[in-house]
Amino acid sequence: MSDIAERVKKIVVEHLGVDADKVTESASFIDDLGADSLDTVELVMAFEEEFGCEIPDDAAETILTVGDATKFLEKNAAQA
Amino acid sequence: MFDLSGRKALVTGATGGIGKAIAAALHAQGATVALSGTRREALDALASELGGNAHVLPTDLKDAAAVDALPGAAETAMGGLDILVHNAGVTRDNLFLRMKDEEWADVITVNLAAGFRLYRAALKGMMKRRYGRLIGITSLVGVTGNPGQGNYAASKAGLIGMSKSLAYEVASRNITVNCVAPGFIESPMTDALNEKQRAGAIERIPAGRFGAGVDVAAATVYLASEEAAYVTGQTLHVNGGMAMI
Repeated sequence: MSDIAERVKKIVVEHLGVDADKVTESASFIDDLGADSLDTVELVMAFEEEFGCEIPDDAAETILTVGDATKFLEKNAAQA
Repeated sequence: MFDLSGRKALVTGATGGIGKAIAAALHAQGATVALSGTRREALDALASELGGNAHVLPTDLKDAAAVDALPGAAETAMGGLDILVHNAGVTRDNLFLRMKDEEWADVITVNLAAGFRLYRAALKGMMKRRYGRLIGITSLVGVTGNPGQGNYAASKAGLIGMSKSLAYEVASRNITVNCVAPGFIESPMTDALNEKQRAGAIERIPAGRFGAGVDVAAATVYLASEEAAYVTGQTLHVNGGMAMI
């Protein structure tokens, strides 16, 4: 698992209060991890802070799973 | 009760009659205040009147970019932002049939759209800190309507609807969103009434008098306090019994 994937997983575990083994690459924030829509906004804010990049609204809407977030951040993170 | 020591509050329209009373009351309860308004000298005068823990942030609420930047500037100045009171309001009264596009747009922009922008910008930090008090100073006429004030009543009713919607969204984050709805309050806005209008208004107020800025400020302090944590999406009417709703 890449460093970015590890950091994404850590943020998700902390923010949603879920077990680390549930946070798989294909896990959907809303369907599998119990997030509500406001949680997903907060996760995006947390990713922006951790990785020092801006996640525009249209990109944020496509980040539905843990893997989506990792992929986006691998391309766009300023502090990888 | 209602101690605001250590809290940081931004008040728009802080030099107006009601705004000044709100800023002073929050400050008296221990909050650090950021005072926003259009008149620099009046803001400076209020800040020096309050003594310490008062910051001056002149802002034109018709300037969208300046409004977007205001909560951030307040956070920087005070080291946080716990309480935001959108009190600024303008009137451009006219009969509906005579109302100009600019009269409509000015009132909606300052009273309602600026509130939307301020709340949106303030929310990020409040969500992270899991604490916030958003308070909109609306008006009785936002609920009852008033001839000659189609624009003003729409803006104030809009503030109430916006606050209720947002209250749903952020309640789980320990952020409350409420409104205070003054009736007739002694202020530059009611100074514009002539004697006949004034007498007519007082006849309709069971308390038999206009309210004072401090009456609105006290309601605002309550909603800004930790004790009001379980009150959200509400409109607190301060009108001497003029309308019991």
